[in-house]
Amino acid sequence: MTADTLIYIAVMAGVTYAVRMLPFVIFRKKIESKFVKNFLYYVPYAVLGAMTIPAVFYSTGNIISAVAGFAAAVILAFRNKSLLTVAIAACGAAFAADMIMSLI
Amino acid sequence: MDGLRDGIPIGLGYLSVSFGFGIMAVSEGLSVFAAVLISMTNLTSAGQVAGIGIIAAGGTLIEMMLAQLIINMRYSLMSISLSQKLDSSFTTPHRFLASFGITDEIFAVASGKNGEISNRYMYGLITVPFIGWTTGTLLGAAAGEILPASVKAALGIAIYGMFLAIFIPPARKAVGVLVVVAFSAGLSCCFEYIPVFSGVSGGFVIIICALAASALGAFFFPVKDGEEAESSDG
Repeated sequence: MTADTLIYIAVMAGVTYAVRMLPFVIFRKKIESKFVKNFLYYVPYAVLGAMTIPAVFYSTGNIISAVAGFAAAVILAFRNKSLLTVAIAACGAAFAADMIMSLI
Repeated sequence: MDGLRDGIPIGLGYLSVSFGFGIMAVSEGLSVFAAVLISMTNLTSAGQVAGIGIIAAGGTLIEMMLAQLIINMRYSLMSISLSQKLDSSFTTPHRFLASFGITDEIFAVASGKNGEISNRYMYGLITVPFIGWTTGTLLGAAAGEILPASVKAALGIAIYGMFLAIFIPPARKAVGVLVVVAFSAGLSCCFEYIPVFSGVSGGFVIIICALAASALGAFFFPVKDGEEAESSDG
């Protein structure tokens, strides 16, 4: 590994750490503004919605197996199953759909 | 212990995602050591993929800084949000240390947890994903294709299964959450499928969707005082 590569990695890591660390260390007081509190309450759901849809349908490299995994996850999540259960079921359904397709 | 357990699905997802990153990094001309070092010091996917592209292309350091800043700016939002949930065990040194591990998924699980979070929970939650991310990168970079392609493909959906398990239960209970998720997902699709917008980078899409959908939720579906803390149980 060259010194140049090391400098690139240091800059990458430094900036990435700074955007995480600065707000985390600086914000000490509880926020009083109702709008800001409501806004922050919704941030995780908004982030997850944008990250999941439509990316989930391309996550297995095949839209049919992805839809199978997605459907399994939605059904189990709807029944309040744990994160690990839902994640494994999604993989299992995607894998099964892929196997079935390769047999046809 | 709770933290370690909650980190397992994230770690499994990271193992497969970082496996792909490892393969990509080596194919871009980086050494195995450099690939693992990047994963250990950055712990993020989109930023790392952009980063190795810039290294491979011999881009400037300014370009590297700007790219990382824009792609990872969403972590600042998450850090602010999570900073509101920390209990008194989170002294300044712990904040310096634990903030390193705030990723999309770790943030999602931590913010979905009932009540305040302790530094022990946070360290537990970060541990398995960190190991998974680093190990996956090492395996991908060093050994190339270890898993059969069909298994690798199926593992790719693990992380999204976890996301769905986080937001579907609260979306059933609260119409505000449902609208925010649906609006954000719809907006994200616009960026994906409408040609004019499709040039916007992935990190920016998440920032725009998060800001717009959260503002919509806060404006039209304000939650009652005290409800924010307890209603986000996953």
